[in-house]
Amino acid sequence: MQTSIACGRCSAELVKTADHMMTVRLHGDIDASTAAALLHDLVPRISEPHCAHIAVDFSGILRQSDWSTLVGLELKKTAVRIGAVFTATGVSAYYSRFFQEIPITDPHPLPPQHADTALTRFGAAILKLGSDLVLMVRFVGSMCLAVGSLVRTPKNLRIDDTFTAMQRIGVDALPIVGLISFLLGLIMAFMAAVQLRMFGANIYVASLVSLAMTRELGPIMTAIIVAGRSGSAFAAEIGTMKISDEIDALTTMGFEPVEFLVMPKLIAAAIVVPLLVLYADLLGIFGGLVVGVGMLDLTAASYIAQTLKTIEVFDVFWGVGKAGIFAVLITWIGCFRGFQVRGGAAAVGAATTSAVVSGIFLIILADSVFAVILRYWG
Amino acid sequence: MQGVNRRPIIQVANVTIGHEGETLLENLCFEVYEGEIFAVLGGSGCGKSTLLKHLIGLMLPQTGHITIDGIQITGCNEEALRQVQQRIGVLFQSGALFGSMTIADNVALPIRQYTVLPEEAITTLVRMKLHQVNLNGYETYLPSELSGGMKKRAGLARAIALSPKILFFDEPSAGLDPILAAELDHLIVHINATLGTTMVIVTHDLQSIFTVAQRVIVLDRVTKSIIAHGNPLQLRDESTDPFVRGFFHRQPL
Repeated sequence: MQTSIACGRCSAELVKTADHMMTVRLHGDIDASTAAALLHDLVPRISEPHCAHIAVDFSGILRQSDWSTLVGLELKKTAVRIGAVFTATGVSAYYSRFFQEIPITDPHPLPPQHADTALTRFGAAILKLGSDLVLMVRFVGSMCLAVGSLVRTPKNLRIDDTFTAMQRIGVDALPIVGLISFLLGLIMAFMAAVQLRMFGANIYVASLVSLAMTRELGPIMTAIIVAGRSGSAFAAEIGTMKISDEIDALTTMGFEPVEFLVMPKLIAAAIVVPLLVLYADLLGIFGGLVVGVGMLDLTAASYIAQTLKTIEVFDVFWGVGKAGIFAVLITWIGCFRGFQVRGGAAAVGAATTSAVVSGIFLIILADSVFAVILRYWG
Repeated sequence: MQGVNRRPIIQVANVTIGHEGETLLENLCFEVYEGEIFAVLGGSGCGKSTLLKHLIGLMLPQTGHITIDGIQITGCNEEALRQVQQRIGVLFQSGALFGSMTIADNVALPIRQYTVLPEEAITTLVRMKLHQVNLNGYETYLPSELSGGMKKRAGLARAIALSPKILFFDEPSAGLDPILAAELDHLIVHINATLGTTMVIVTHDLQSIFTVAQRVIVLDRVTKSIIAHGNPLQLRDESTDPFVRGFFHRQPL
């Protein structure tokens, strides 16, 4: 019995003899697309279970290539699967060893993976959290040491880097921080006005906006923006340096990487983030003023007078002080995630994400702690 | 040079290359013939790697035309460029493996993209390619778990995944120990001899030039042109140009 299959520039001739032997003669030129088509047609035809011997003849192939050998190997795989003997003839010297050396079945079957139960995943997460915490504390330690050594030898501080960092963290963030605080003040005044108007207490819109901005929203919003803009940038910068061996280069040249890379950022952030918060407070109050004057028939003078009457110096300092702490937290977690990077580009991406997420988490956590302190102390 | 038929597979005609404003090389004209191992040499900063980027269609020359396997890649449409890029393979200096994928997935990436082979056949083909670069058994490893030489060989396996007609190498021996570098040279010659693949190598590793290259061009940063071309051994022994002599004899100018 004889059949033939044609696929483009190549063809296959199948001859089946009475002794359950199937001979496949390949002709022509096999390339990527014809290999796929040929396999598609051939494999089902030779998969008959009562085939005892499959012989493939390559002598009609014009130019033996990886593609023709691939067809041969796939036919061999089929032969093994149906329990038939496989022979290949007319194979060039270079490719004949492939038929001996390329394993047809998986040489290293992966060990069966145990399905993760909720418990094992929970355990793994806890272990990871534990080791993460240890590393974090260790990083705090090296930051403290770096601060200590800077206090002893202040000239080691990289002044230029500090100013560059100040510009990146502070000056470059002015437009976005300004816009968001202004809109925040506007929205807050607007929402408060709807309620307070019913009581004829329009003037207290000024109190609400100014107090909320200086104590809570100014520091929180600014810190979140800084975490998104600069915390992520710290992680990406240090992470990329880590995978391109720049951190190792610093260490071998005798620099302390934390002092060299983290201190300028830390000092810059601790100085400019509080200033950003003052700026955010002012613009938030200005946003409230726009609503007060535009919608609530208040005069600018009375709005400002009410604002000054409400907020005390303590409120402003409290907000600004919190911002300083947030700045330290953002720099710490951003740089820490950067130093944690191992592997390649994907790890840098993960570190950047993680820097922002844990940065925001720490900001909220710290703010809650401050709220509790103020409740019992203030 | 037996077995090399003289059909040009890469033609570079009056090509001027450079980055915004400044030119690196002017009026280059050369041809690479089908089936030969061709090397581009030159001192650091002469524009070797930039020339390579032009040859593989990543950058456009300021003037002139580049034709690869009958298709002019300067000023052609995206579709034609894709076609050319399926016929070439590139081994980048660092291997350029994707860190988030296993070695097998890295090699399978172009195969999955450009062929309709069933997944089982792809597994076999990947195994063949890794076998050709002596990396069998490393299918499930991640690039970060391999040494520099292994990464390079895995990169080569990916470059030959679609059995390209032309292979480009950017500094193949950079960062390899002499034994690994020699192994890679051997692999290059072997693939060229058995599969007839045309090879274009950008390098300044003398040892490897003398072992593998059949024809070379030498680029010069000062004159921004090709200052020598021919067989490397002949150039070493017969050239009178001080730079070429210095280069091949490894002497200061």
